[in-house]
Amino acid sequence: MSPILQTLANGSAYGYRSFAAAAGDFESIATVSVGSGGSASAEFTSIPSTYQHLEIRWIAKAGSGTRLRLQINTDTATNYSTHLLLGDGSGVAAIGAANEAKIAISAATSGTSGVFCAGVVSVLDYKDTNKYKTVRTLSGIDNNGSGEVALNSGAWRSTSAVTSLKFYWDSGNLDQYSSFALYGIKG
Amino acid sequence: MPSTYTPIATTTYGSDAGAFSFTSIPNTYTDLIAVLNIRSKKAASTGLLCSRMNSDSGSTHSYTILTGNGSSASSSRNTNVSWDSFAEIAGNNAASGVYSTVIYHIMNYANTTTNKTLIARVNETSSNVSAQVGLWRSTSAMTSLQFFDYDGANFAAGSSFTLYGVKSA
Repeated sequence: MSPILQTLANGSAYGYRSFAAAAGDFESIATVSVGSGGSASAEFTSIPSTYQHLEIRWIAKAGSGTRLRLQINTDTATNYSTHLLLGDGSGVAAIGAANEAKIAISAATSGTSGVFCAGVVSVLDYKDTNKYKTVRTLSGIDNNGSGEVALNSGAWRSTSAVTSLKFYWDSGNLDQYSSFALYGIKG
Repeated sequence: MPSTYTPIATTTYGSDAGAFSFTSIPNTYTDLIAVLNIRSKKAASTGLLCSRMNSDSGSTHSYTILTGNGSSASSSRNTNVSWDSFAEIAGNNAASGVYSTVIYHIMNYANTTTNKTLIARVNETSSNVSAQVGLWRSTSAMTSLQFFDYDGANFAAGSSFTLYGVKSA
């Protein structure tokens, strides 16, 4: 790995040695990348139970005005609730929804070519069978004059261990180049 | 499973100094995470921290902000500017020892197909908390990331900058 230089206003520069990664604390589990033609959803199944927490890092695109949704363990019953705090560049909105069939996790998208919504989803204690599961997300999309930034908190009212996650738009397909990466964090 | 979340580079200012850049960023990761603990030398209670990808000083950047200041929430944006985030951080008149934490996520930074989106959380303990999304309208791979004070002030000694790479399977 080549060194990265630090550039200071006084013109000096420093090189850095490579750091050795700590083994096994934050591991990549799987990636779903959407190809040409798009896809209705991105799913992670058979999630191993060997971690303490999960993190999903994603970029995604669809047509305008749709939000990313999350379902857990193929549960399509109304066992979810959501809170969103949104900023759209001019005003703030708060959205709450109880007894839903999914968690709304993201800012609303734009349909502009090449402009993707991005987010980081955390699912803490995902395998704990004593707790309902809480999901938190930071997401946003900016399209040079439109867009949203969003903070989400969601709940899945089940004490089952999380074994699958499904991401999909409220309407429309995930566009090509959308990508979801699942990571496990050891405790 | 491959282990990731690799520290790439870090520095802590031993004395007040100006803009900081991570340069020659390798393209071998999926996402980058920049973690800053920072204080401005601007003669005010807060300073303004900007980020800029690839030293592109053209009007190719924009951002949207959500802020809470302890009494109200607000949102703002800026378009066609030359920086892709705008964070209030502790200034020189803030209480001694107060530094602001800013964490940036730059997703799929090395791809040459999409424009580059960053999302950020800003914690300025004296005045506000904010979440931000920024856009650099370029499909170029991001190879450098610069941080500077909007008003040209230095950053205080003790300000730290750390870059991590996260690689998906």
